[in-house]
Amino acid sequence: MRNFGTKVLSLGLTLGLGLGFTAVTVDSAKAWEPKKPVEFVVMAGKGGGADKAVRFIQNIITKNKLASKPFTPVNKPGGSGAEALVHVKDAKDPDHTLMFTLNSFYTTPMLQPKIKVDFSKFTPVGRMAEDTFLLWVNKDSGIKNVDQFVKAAKAAGNKWIMAGTGKNSEDNILTDFLNKAYGLNMKYVPYKGGGRVAKELAGNNANSTVNNPSEQLGFYQAGKTVPIGAFTAKRLPLFKDAPTFKELGKDFVYLMQRSVVGAPGMSKDASEYYQGLFKKIFDSAEWQGYFKKNSLQGEFLTGDALMAYWKRENAVQMGMLKTMGVLK
Amino acid sequence: MEILSLLLNGFAVAFEPLNLFLIVLGCTVGLFIGAMPGLGSVNGVAILLPMTFLVPPTGAIIFLGAIYYGAMYGGAISSIMLGIPGASTAVATTFDGRPMALKGDADKALVAAATASFVGGSVGVILFTLFAPPLAEVALTFGAPEIFALMLMAFATFVGLGGDDIPKTLFSICIGLVFGAVGLDIISGEPRLIFGDIPGFFHGINFLVLAIGIYGIAEMLWTIEVSQGDVMISQATLNIKRIKATLRELLGTWKTMLMGSFLGYFVGILPAAGATPGSLMAYGVAKTIAKDPSSFGKGNINGVVAPETANNAASTGAMLPMLTLGIPGSPTTAILLGGMVIWGLEPGPLVFTNHPDFVWGFIASLYVANLFSLLINVAFIPSFIWVLRLPFTILAPIIFVLCIVGGFVPTLDMHDVWLMLIFGVVGYLMRKLDYPMAPAVLAIVLGPLAEPALRQSLLMSGGSFSIFFTRPFAGVIIVIALILILLPLLKIIYDKKKKPTPAG
Repeated sequence: MRNFGTKVLSLGLTLGLGLGFTAVTVDSAKAWEPKKPVEFVVMAGKGGGADKAVRFIQNIITKNKLASKPFTPVNKPGGSGAEALVHVKDAKDPDHTLMFTLNSFYTTPMLQPKIKVDFSKFTPVGRMAEDTFLLWVNKDSGIKNVDQFVKAAKAAGNKWIMAGTGKNSEDNILTDFLNKAYGLNMKYVPYKGGGRVAKELAGNNANSTVNNPSEQLGFYQAGKTVPIGAFTAKRLPLFKDAPTFKELGKDFVYLMQRSVVGAPGMSKDASEYYQGLFKKIFDSAEWQGYFKKNSLQGEFLTGDALMAYWKRENAVQMGMLKTMGVLK
Repeated sequence: MEILSLLLNGFAVAFEPLNLFLIVLGCTVGLFIGAMPGLGSVNGVAILLPMTFLVPPTGAIIFLGAIYYGAMYGGAISSIMLGIPGASTAVATTFDGRPMALKGDADKALVAAATASFVGGSVGVILFTLFAPPLAEVALTFGAPEIFALMLMAFATFVGLGGDDIPKTLFSICIGLVFGAVGLDIISGEPRLIFGDIPGFFHGINFLVLAIGIYGIAEMLWTIEVSQGDVMISQATLNIKRIKATLRELLGTWKTMLMGSFLGYFVGILPAAGATPGSLMAYGVAKTIAKDPSSFGKGNINGVVAPETANNAASTGAMLPMLTLGIPGSPTTAILLGGMVIWGLEPGPLVFTNHPDFVWGFIASLYVANLFSLLINVAFIPSFIWVLRLPFTILAPIIFVLCIVGGFVPTLDMHDVWLMLIFGVVGYLMRKLDYPMAPAVLAIVLGPLAEPALRQSLLMSGGSFSIFFTRPFAGVIIVIALILILLPLLKIIYDKKKKPTPAG
C-alpha cells in the first residue's frame, strides 16, 4: 500500500505535465514544418487583450489542424514587454520561437535602451490587426460630445481624472495629446490592464478613459459608458455616433498593432512557413468574426511590407514620445 | 422565486449526462493539479483551455469551473502533507496544516480542509445565486482607496496580534514588501530593484517561488536538522472514530467557517484581489478573534478551516466580476474570461439577460462541482495519508523534486528555480532565528496590490490622505484597520490599568 501514495503523486505529475504537451504528430515530407512545439511568447500577462488573442489563435490552429505541432503560449509580461523582447532576441531555437506584439514592440526598446533590442532584427511574420481607441466618459456625467467634455475637463482642471494603463503607455500618449490639443490639465492615473481601467470609469472612479472597444463594450451595452470621440481615420461601424478627431479638426489617428513576430535569425524556410500559416489564420472565419466583434482594423501585412510598416510606426511613436518630453 | 426557477433550469443543464461527466472529470483533474506544487488552478485552466472547444461553451465553462474548484480543494493536500503550498491559494493552509500533520493529525487536517472547502464553496455559491447583481454594483464602485483600506486591514490582522514578537513580525513584513516591489512599477513605468538588469527580475518575484522556497525547501532542511537523518514518520491514521471526533471538533469552528466564507467571498468579488489574499486575510482574522492566538501556527484546526473556507468562497466570488463586469477577480478567472470570449460569449453587465442558460447552468454546476469535489477528496484521503507513512529518507527527495518542478512551472524560467533555492536557505536561517515567515508571504502577496492602490488613491486626491476617510466604504475599513493596529497598545494600557486593582 506504501507505493500507492507515490503512484498518486506521480500520476498527478504526469497528468499535469503531460497535458501541456499533447502533440499531434504528422509525418511530413517536403515543405518546412515545425519539428517540435512552437513557443508563442506573449508580451503581456495571462488574461489581457494580447493573451486572449494568442489563445484564440492557438484554438484556431488546433481546431482547423493548421499546424503539425502545437503552439504553446508563454507569458512574459515583465518590464512593459522588455522581458519578452530579451527572451525572443536571445532565442536558442529561432525557428520555433514566435512573439505576439503590441506597440511596446517599438516603444519599450526606446524607453529602455539598456535591453539593447533592435526591432528591425526580428523576422516579420504577420500583422493580424490594428486595434482602435476611443475617448470614453461615464453616462452619468451627461457628457455627449467632445465640446462638453472639454468644457467640463477645463472647469475641473487638475481634478479631472483620466485612468489609463501604465506610464508612457498608449493611453498616456493619447491623454497627452488631448491635454495639448485642448489646453487641458487632466490628471493621469495608471492602472494595471485595460479591463481594470474600463471598470474604474464605469464605477465612477475616473472621469474619462481612452479604452479599446473590446474593453468597454460590455459597459457600453449596459448603458454605463459612452464613447464620444474616435482616434481613427473613419468612424467605427460599432460606434457610429462617435465622430473621429479628424472630423473635429484635430488630425490625430492612433492605432495599436497586433502582430506576430519571429525571432531574429529565423531561417527563410521557417519564416515562409509561418507567414503562410498566419495568412490562413487571418482569413479564417473565426479570426474575421473576432475582428468584427472587437472593432479591429487593418489588412494582413507580411514580409517587407510589414517591416516597412514597423519602421514607419517606429518613427511616429518616437516623435510622439519626444513631444511628450519622455525621450530626448 | 424567479431566481429559484432560473436556478432549477440551471440544474437541468448541469445534470445533462455530458455536463455531469465533465464536472466529475474536472473535479478529479483539478484535485491533482491543485495538489501538485506550482501547478495551481491558473496553469491547469490555461493548459486545458484549448481542449474545451470539443464540447459546447456551457460544457466548457462547467469543465473549467470544476477544475478551478477541484484545484482549490487539492491545494490544501500538499500544504498539509508536505508543507509545500500546492497552489498560491493554499499558502495560508500550510501555517497550521503542516504542524497538524507533524503532530500525527494529518487525517484531521485533511478532513477539516475538505469540510471547510465545502462550507466555503457552498456559502459562496449561495451568495452568488442570491445577490449577484447588487454585489456586482458594489464591486464596481470599489476603487483604489477601498482596495488599499482592505489591504491595510489585512496587514493589521498580522501585526496587531498578541503572542508573536512584534518587531520580528514587522521585519518579516518589510522583507516581503521589498520583494514585492521588484519588477516593473506601473505608475512610473520604470523597472525597480532588478539588480543590474537581470531579465528574470523583470516580471517581479513570483510569490509562489518565495512560498515554495520557505515552506518546501526550508521546511525540509529544518526537518533534516531536527531528525538528524533518523527515520521520522508522522503517525497518521484514519478511521471512522477519528473522523467522527474531527467532525465534532469542526462543529465548534462554525464561527471561523462563517467568517472565512463571508470574508473570502467579499474579497473574491473585488477585481484584482482573488482567492490568495482572501485566504491570508481570513487566517489573520481567525487568529485575531481567537481566544488563544498563540496556538496558531502550531496546529490549530481553526488555522486550517479559515483559509480553506475563504479560498473556496473567494474562488466563487471571483466569478462574479468575471461574469458581470467582464473583468477578472483572480488570475484564473482571467483565463476563464479569455475562454468565454473564444467561445463567443460576451461576459459583461448583460450576460444574465443575454445568456441565461449559460450563466445559470454554470452557477448550478458550481453547486454540483462543490459536492463532487468533497466526495472525491474524501475518497482519496486514505491514499494521501499513506504518503505520510513513507520514511523521510524517501519523502525528502520527492519533496525536493516537487519543489523544483513547482518553482519552474509557473514561469518556465530557471531563474525562478535558483531564486527559490536561495529563499529556501534564507528561510531556514530565519526560522532558526525565530522569525515568523507567514507575514513575509502575506506581504509579498498583498504588497503589490496595496502599493499601487495607495499611490492611485493619492494621485486621485492630489496627495491628501483624507480620501481614505471621506469615502464611506474606505472610511469604515480604514478605521477598523487602525483599531487592529493599535490593539497591542490598547492591551498594554488595559493590562496596566488592571494590575493596580487586583481586588476590584
